[in-house]
Amino acid sequence: MTGLANGGGGIAIGMIAVPALGFALAPNLDKKPLAWEAVGTPEEFSQDTYVSRTITLTPGAGETGKSTVYMRARNAEIDKEPVDDYNQFIAISTRCMHLGCPVRYVDASERFICPCHGGVYDFLGQVQGGPPVRPLDRFYTRIKDGLVEVGPRFSVNSELKRFSPRDPAQDLDGIGQYLFPSRPTIRKLPGT
Amino acid sequence: MLKLPSVPGATPPRPGTPAAEPKTKLDNAAEAATAALGWLDERTALSGTARFVMFRKVPKGTNWFYTLGTSTMFAFMSQVITGVILAMFYDPSPNRAYESMRYINNDVWAGQFVHGMHRWGATVMVIFIFLHMGRTFFFGAYKYPRELNWVIGVLLVLLVMIMAFTGYLLPWDQRAYWATAVGVNIFASAPIAGPYLGDFLRAGPDFGATTLSRFYSIHMLVLPGLIMGLIGAHLYLVIKHGTTAPPWVTAELDEELRSEEV
Repeated sequence: MTGLANGGGGIAIGMIAVPALGFALAPNLDKKPLAWEAVGTPEEFSQDTYVSRTITLTPGAGETGKSTVYMRARNAEIDKEPVDDYNQFIAISTRCMHLGCPVRYVDASERFICPCHGGVYDFLGQVQGGPPVRPLDRFYTRIKDGLVEVGPRFSVNSELKRFSPRDPAQDLDGIGQYLFPSRPTIRKLPGT
Repeated sequence: MLKLPSVPGATPPRPGTPAAEPKTKLDNAAEAATAALGWLDERTALSGTARFVMFRKVPKGTNWFYTLGTSTMFAFMSQVITGVILAMFYDPSPNRAYESMRYINNDVWAGQFVHGMHRWGATVMVIFIFLHMGRTFFFGAYKYPRELNWVIGVLLVLLVMIMAFTGYLLPWDQRAYWATAVGVNIFASAPIAGPYLGDFLRAGPDFGATTLSRFYSIHMLVLPGLIMGLIGAHLYLVIKHGTTAPPWVTAELDEELRSEEV
């Protein structure tokens, strides 16, 4: 009888706790939908400098869901990572890898500068100074129907090797990729 | 004349004593009030609680530093009241939040004042709670038997910090957005758990439509309840233990007892 009462109580608690926790934690398991967004024709992007484009990171959040990306065409002389279908154009994220402030590209110095705590990145987005822990994130790009499209984000380590997206301040060299595991919500494209 | 029940503890008039003066309206009112309170006390026994709460022994040397806890509590009450008023106009959706704040500041009667009370009150509350914590620490008021109250106080400090963090996002302007982006990334920089904690706070890998409503829900539903409950426990223990004397007040030694000691 006591067991029945305790069991009944347990079921009643579970009926409240499971949906409540589910509501709170479900977004941790929801995969972000894959989206490609056309940003212009190939002629608009040169090898020598960046142009800015606005893409939508989060649909349904209005202006807040948009972000700037800096884009240029691949330059075989400086871009040493292996060529594939997704890096004919280089799309650099403006999210600073220190704590996520927006960086801007300064044409005169050919560097990305963060206004918050003085992070500096070179033309490839690799850290040159300040507190950032890894190079700027990038986005997959592809050419479809004659237009350049920007796709999902990926992170890179100091050798510009692709990793599943990580938040800022998460190191990807050495044991960093294990200390800061990738999350179910956002992964790099399979096979890249 | 209205026949009222006798008040416990009141001396009944001795029989045969002539009334000195006829009762005035004031006397009647006082009697009625006493009777009403007596009726309530007989059914709730609240007078014991009231005595327990209000008539306490206070140590020598009690000074203005002892008002910091009460100040923090009043700052919290002010936050509750102004917060409830702001919630009547605020709309926690990413497309409407900034507009609704603009409406509160520019169009609602005294809206900017209430918003300012809430905004500055938050700062005041954080300052007071840390001063109160410092007072408790430097006066040694966290020591036996008050350790549990110190622990509850530390939990309250943490909750107030989370309160300030979640509230900062709600105006949904540039400062709010970027400050919170940085704050969430600081959370996310913890090894192993950090990345998942970041996703939990943002409700996904990027700031989105549900980030704001998530922060709003934590700010105005989850945390106030927890803080109120813990303030209740904190106050109960303060009243139960009494306050401590400042460290410079020492007990007076009884000369006779002193000679006994040797």
